Amino acid sequence: MTQTRSLIDENGIRTDGRTGNQLRDIQIKVGVIKNADGSALIEFGKNKIIAAVYGPREVHPKHMALTDRCLLRCRYHMSPFSTDTRKNPAPSRREVEISKVIREALQPALMLEDYPRATIDVYIEVLQADGGSRCAGIAAASVALADAGINMRDLVSACAAGKVDDKIVLDINDTEDKEGGADMPVAFMPNHKQITLLQLDGKLNSEEFIACLNEGITGCMKVYEVQRSALMQKYFGNETELKE
Amino acid sequence: MSSSRRSTIILENLRKNQIRELIASGKRLDGRSPDELRPLNIEIGIIKKANGSAWVKLGNTEVVAGVKVETGEPFEGLENKGALIVSAEVLPTAASYIEPGPPDEETIELARVVDRGVRESEMLALDKLALIPGKIVYTIFVDCSIINMGGNLFDATSYAVVLALATSKIPVFEIIDEKVVDTGKIQDPPINTIPVSVTFARIGDSLVLDPSTEEEACMDARITLTTNSNGEYTAVQKGSNGFLTIEQVKSAAETAKIKGQELRLKFQELTTTGQ
Repeated sequence: MTQTRSLIDENGIRTDGRTGNQLRDIQIKVGVIKNADGSALIEFGKNKIIAAVYGPREVHPKHMALTDRCLLRCRYHMSPFSTDTRKNPAPSRREVEISKVIREALQPALMLEDYPRATIDVYIEVLQADGGSRCAGIAAASVALADAGINMRDLVSACAAGKVDDKIVLDINDTEDKEGGADMPVAFMPNHKQITLLQLDGKLNSEEFIACLNEGITGCMKVYEVQRSALMQKYFGNETELKE
Repeated sequence: MSSSRRSTIILENLRKNQIRELIASGKRLDGRSPDELRPLNIEIGIIKKANGSAWVKLGNTEVVAGVKVETGEPFEGLENKGALIVSAEVLPTAASYIEPGPPDEETIELARVVDRGVRESEMLALDKLALIPGKIVYTIFVDCSIINMGGNLFDATSYAVVLALATSKIPVFEIIDEKVVDTGKIQDPPINTIPVSVTFARIGDSLVLDPSTEEEACMDARITLTTNSNGEYTAVQKGSNGFLTIEQVKSAAETAKIKGQELRLKFQELTTTGQ
């Protein structure tokens, strides 16, 4: 990626009016789909993404069932109207890869050994895309899994960090992704301090790499607060702290 | 839809435990140290019909990559650049459990991660490969055939692609009366940098470089890091069902940079003498 124009002005303000370490507005609504066992709608900047969880339930086709643990299936899909130019509804190679990395990002948090021979299906539908949709999708899916009452070790939070105008910034938007210097999506289990997804494209030297990773993790901790309060809101109303 | 597959090789639990215990004590089943590569054997230019080719043997893994150059329309949004297309196919020759058919998600991930390493490092100066900007550009195909599976397809495939490209001779096309004419001459492709991919498997609390099939069957997580000639990181992909700690990512990044430089020197020697 070669950057052609300046994306941060002299006051350190980015194209969408944010500062370097500021996230876009995030809103998560839990339980938006009546038929699903768990669901969440995330609005992450202009991203609008629905995650629905069905399961644990019987596996079809049956031969896919695992005897010692639950099968986890995941589909990340973009609606044809979610992007600037219409997206072909058939799954692209990009979507196949993202479905795989999202599944692998969620799996460490799930106690799949508790549901042998069953399956948990996670459907992530991007209704409007705005850069960082895989991270927003992971955040929504992990809330939907918790909403479905699946046994979990931790929530999975996700956020991208990156390099714009040679500065490390948090939560890359669509323009910065396309024109900036680097994009690093990170998924993180906040209580276990474990990384479950890490990708990078762009160019970072050693110091920038570490700084970017740290920034991404900081972003994940902020996203975690939003995820947690969304779940609290649904299950405990306006109480903000769990009573022991 | 993406779903977790059973391990592609069936490994007895006893054997798995043996591998895990050995690795926990800093040793490996094949006697390598944790950051040692398997024997790497490279043959360059063996496919004469291709514009460039490389046959890479990394332990038991064998990959052939071939470069074919044509002209065509540029990609949307990249009108003034040549088009680079990297693909990979696991041939049915590669293992007993591989069947012919459309690529599965693991093969798609493989091709995309290898492509990302080459593309994001800007190995090829694609802006020098436009003939009529916006209309006709060089289209460079790098197709990889995995002919034997032996673990760590990511690095073996990436090395094959990089070496095939770096040693290729591409045709000189000219535009005469708005038509593409092959002058019959050949040229070196515009190479900026040599990206090197390095993959680790986390098994228990240890990271091992260049995992074999058996090590992959009992790994908890995988991470692939690509560095360019300046030692900058240009692509990363975490894979597999487990997690990595922050410290493990940092240590993998450091080793990837050192090992990447060692391999780069070897590749540079090969590309200057191997033709």
